[in-house]
Amino acid sequence: MERMLDVMTVFSILLLAFVLVSVRRAHIRVEYSVSWLVAALALLIVSQSRGLLAGITAWLGVSDAAVAIVTIAGGVFLIVLYRMSLLLSDLRDTNIALVQRVAILEFRLESLDEKAQAAARD
Amino acid sequence: MNTGARLLILIPAYNEEGAVGGVVDEVRAVLPGTPILVVDDCSRDATVSRARDAGARVLPLPAHLGLGGCVQAGYRLAFELGYDYVIRVDGDGQHDPRDIPAIFETLRREDCEMVIGSRFVNGSGNHTTAARGLGIAFFRALLRLVLGKPVHDPTSGFVGVNRTALGVFSRTFPLEYPEIEALVVLQRRRFRFVEVPCRMRPRKTGRSTITPMKSLYYMVHVLLGVFVNILKFEGRRK
Repeated sequence: MERMLDVMTVFSILLLAFVLVSVRRAHIRVEYSVSWLVAALALLIVSQSRGLLAGITAWLGVSDAAVAIVTIAGGVFLIVLYRMSLLLSDLRDTNIALVQRVAILEFRLESLDEKAQAAARD
Repeated sequence: MNTGARLLILIPAYNEEGAVGGVVDEVRAVLPGTPILVVDDCSRDATVSRARDAGARVLPLPAHLGLGGCVQAGYRLAFELGYDYVIRVDGDGQHDPRDIPAIFETLRREDCEMVIGSRFVNGSGNHTTAARGLGIAFFRALLRLVLGKPVHDPTSGFVGVNRTALGVFSRTFPLEYPEIEALVVLQRRRFRFVEVPCRMRPRKTGRSTITPMKSLYYMVHVLLGVFVNILKFEGRRK
């Protein structure tokens, strides 16, 4: 159990470090790093606070704290992934609308150019 | 055919350099003077130049969107340009442009928002694989339940729409495998559709990109899309 909590602590710190470095290098935008930072912090707090972990274990109604940890970690990452799916879907919709709008504007500009050239020839 | 109504022929195309020119030529032979718009879905081959050489206007998309996004771009442009009717013909040459007048006449004559060119209503088209035929039969049965009326060829891309449907599709259109979901979108708006027989030919060039895995993905995706659209159901009109 102790080793599992240590592993979880190290994993949380590594996740925090990776995300912060990625934000610093502008690989992840600040607004998209929030979910990961909150998830990493939540796991770090749970792994370091035995009292909190015991409370959560009792609240979940499981006998083993390890099961509670796995449940918490799974839940946290499911929430993060769900939020990422929302963001991705929104970005895809925006991209499609932009691509269509750019194409339509180019088409209409070309049509105007052709009309202008035809008028100039006349 | 001089009808007074503004008709646009929409041809979505992706890597169809071998077929798109012929399709444009055939459409022009059937409907001389009718504007033809090829929507190029960011092809990597010479589709754009072949279409332009054949005399079509081309709407080249700067990024690959897939069939639904490609068709919707054409619908959006047609709606903004004030077209009354749009008939979609696939760029691979499988649809016979000689069937366009029947679709157009039905669209104008019938009180409906969409006309589907169907292989299976007295048509000659059985150019499909056994697996795809099975899929079509499955979706026929499903759509009969959802729409409350039979649809013989739910996967047909040979489709004509009037301005009302054009307005809806220019705002809301399924982005992947759009044909079946589009029917449910129409039904949700209490619009009507009619099927007319049409001929279906084998592809002129190239080959279909649908693999067995993609077929499975198609089934799941479309089922989910239909289910989501049923959740938004507003009523049934036969």
